[in-house]
Amino acid sequence: MTNVTSEGKDFNPKILAFSTNNISDPGIDLAGSSHLHYPPGVMVMSMPCTSGIKPEWVLYAVEKGFDGVFIAADGEECAYLPDCAERTTHMIKRAQAMLQQKGYDPQRLRMSAICSVCAGPFTSQIKEFHQTLKNLGPARKE
Amino acid sequence: MSDRRIGVYICHCGGNISDYVNVETVRQAVANEPGVVVAKTAMFSCSDATQQEMIQDIREQNLDGLVVASCSPKLHLPTFREVARRAGLNPYRYTQVNIREQCSWTHTNDHAGATEKAVRLVRAGIARTNLTDPLQPIVIDTVPAVLVVGAGIAGLRAAVGLADLGLSVYLVEKSPNPGGRVGGLGAMYPHGKNGRQLIDRLVGEVRKRELVTLFTNAEMVAKSGTIGSFNVKIRVGGKAPGEISVDVGAIVVATGFDNYQPAAGEYGYGMDGVITLPEFKKLLDGTAGELEYNGRQVKDIVYIYCVGSRQQGGENPNKYCSRYCCNAAVHASLQVSEKSPRAHQFHLYRDVRTYGKYELMYNEAREKGAVFCAFGRDEPPGVASGPDGKLVVTVRDLLTYGEELAIPADLVVLVTGMVPAANSGLTELLKLPLGQDRFFNEIHPKLRPVETMVDGVFICGTCQGPKNSSESVASALAAVSQGASILKKGYVELEPLIAEVDPQACDLCGDCLNTCPYSAIEQDTAAIRINSAQCKGCGGCAPVCPKGAINLKGYTDSQVKSMIDALLKEI
Ligand SMILES: Cc1cc2nc3c(=O)[nH]c(=O)nc-3n(C[C@H](O)[C@H](O)[C@H](O)COP(=O)(O)OP(=O)(O)OC[C@H]3O[C@@H](n4cnc5c(N)ncnc54)[C@H](O)[C@@H]3O)c2cc1C
Repeated sequence: MTNVTSEGKDFNPKILAFSTNNISDPGIDLAGSSHLHYPPGVMVMSMPCTSGIKPEWVLYAVEKGFDGVFIAADGEECAYLPDCAERTTHMIKRAQAMLQQKGYDPQRLRMSAICSVCAGPFTSQIKEFHQTLKNLGPARKE
Repeated sequence: MSDRRIGVYICHCGGNISDYVNVETVRQAVANEPGVVVAKTAMFSCSDATQQEMIQDIREQNLDGLVVASCSPKLHLPTFREVARRAGLNPYRYTQVNIREQCSWTHTNDHAGATEKAVRLVRAGIARTNLTDPLQPIVIDTVPAVLVVGAGIAGLRAAVGLADLGLSVYLVEKSPNPGGRVGGLGAMYPHGKNGRQLIDRLVGEVRKRELVTLFTNAEMVAKSGTIGSFNVKIRVGGKAPGEISVDVGAIVVATGFDNYQPAAGEYGYGMDGVITLPEFKKLLDGTAGELEYNGRQVKDIVYIYCVGSRQQGGENPNKYCSRYCCNAAVHASLQVSEKSPRAHQFHLYRDVRTYGKYELMYNEAREKGAVFCAFGRDEPPGVASGPDGKLVVTVRDLLTYGEELAIPADLVVLVTGMVPAANSGLTELLKLPLGQDRFFNEIHPKLRPVETMVDGVFICGTCQGPKNSSESVASALAAVSQGASILKKGYVELEPLIAEVDPQACDLCGDCLNTCPYSAIEQDTAAIRINSAQCKGCGGCAPVCPKGAINLKGYTDSQVKSMIDALLKEI
């Protein structure tokens, strides 16, 4: 099988996407049930709420070999926390600062609100992010 | 190395997965992962036979972890937790891996890529399972009372049903009178029963039951707590205004629908003689003899169907069918035939949906002389004023070689559909998810039609989607049995996947204390603790701790990191 982090024009970025069990994960499921395509280098890890993501995880993912991290946030729909969007934005700022400090482009972390029926928006966003990462090249330059 | 004993099952889903993912390749690639002692593929993992096989493996092989790689956890997480439980394995030591919605179905164009991704996802599931602890659900005592919001036919029937099961009911109605839309109807389909009388009877039943308290001119204004034990504030208006606080174990929302209101000029709406079906129904119900409108005898009636339903374009189109309207229009037509037997009636429709037994009404209407003409969705009828103060409706009739008809009319009835009721305050208060159609959304249209994402909050009647009154009552009774099934048990079990403080790492700095809107983080002199009944398991406090001392069970630091490692492992 192809090594998806190798450099060159075959470079196929690996993306870790954090979703939420009740809102964005169903939206991403819907993309699948609608047979919408996005690159298989995108792997989803579902959490209860994006404000529970530790910035250290983002850095860890990039250091270990993911080329980008995508946060499929609940936006205003979060059932847990009224200030979920603010918290997640704050977490992202912290994580981007950590990335930058280690010499990674902060563009490698992106957040977008994905609702439970946002199959189309998720697919187009993640494809666009995939393209951005392709232009940036692999995160780890051995 | 791991000393765990994990069983991994990779599902074909009858081809839904295996047509795109080579499941045998996946099985081989994960069979030697740390902790794995059983790795199998299955045609349908949710089938009885495979469930039995899993139970047998768990018992015979002494498994202490289970990974099922199949569909979305939304579908079968409860199924496989139950399998684990039946086999004597702690259900929280099972992990669901989604290789259908998030793998095979979305990579139908790339079999090699899908297979590689499936390997990575299953490995991550195994890594997580290696770090699971046995957990016990949190048990909460339930309050044997229910709040029902909205006293239309659905809310009233739900209140009676709940009271008959021995539960206290607080029935909250926003308007001065109970009854909703049905309370304003005369003869109703299919049997011609009078809506007002039906409601009077139902309200009589409500009044007979001491367990039900009906508040009119009332609205819910605050809610706290969780399934089994909510506290709700009700603001009552009217003559003796005030605020009442009640404790309930569940909430049933039955807030109904609004009628579609045509825009000015839509099919001539606003012109004299162009009215909506609800307006026409009021006219009909209020007329004893021959039908008159504005003092003029009504001889020619044209009905235009699907107004505000099945819309194709525009901003936020209502794409759905409103379900009740073909029947209600055909029934109104039969009422006209009785009152004004010589009136001419033309029904301009897109498709007639007098489904099920209601088809008999449609036959009867045609036998009584009503004419049905089909129009194409791209060529809606036109309404204009004609000679003698009449209206003229033009339509290209698809049933007669596309003939252009010009039909004179005294009345044009726009058969309007249902739209979600404007209820932003309530939606906000209960955090109820809306569907794309903006009606309240159920968890699963087939299997969980009255439950919502918010535990303990149920939806029924037309607030969930268009329904006639018998369908509204059927869903109300479904909400009764779902609500009662929780409350009659006396307790609910909540997910134990809550936050946890590592006392070794915690230095009592207190940064976390004000971050929880549910006040689940408590401090005394010796330690910071999580109140397990208050914690909702969102994990929002975890990133706040500067020492990394807070972890959400099931999503701990070590679990997430080991999953990341597993996702990245060389193939
Ligand atoms: C013209 C017309 C003719 C019809 N004819 C028939 C027929 O012949 N046969 C048939 O089976 N069906 C018929 N229907 C359909 C029928 O009206 C509905 O199926 C039925 O009304 C649905 O009941 P419901 O309880 O869901 O909603 P509703 O009747 O809309 O009742 C909802 C109630 O909730 C209250 N409410 C709303 N928001 C709040 C809030 N925030 N707090 C408190 N209370 C609130 C409302 O005031 C209302 O009383 C007809 C409908 C129309 C429009």
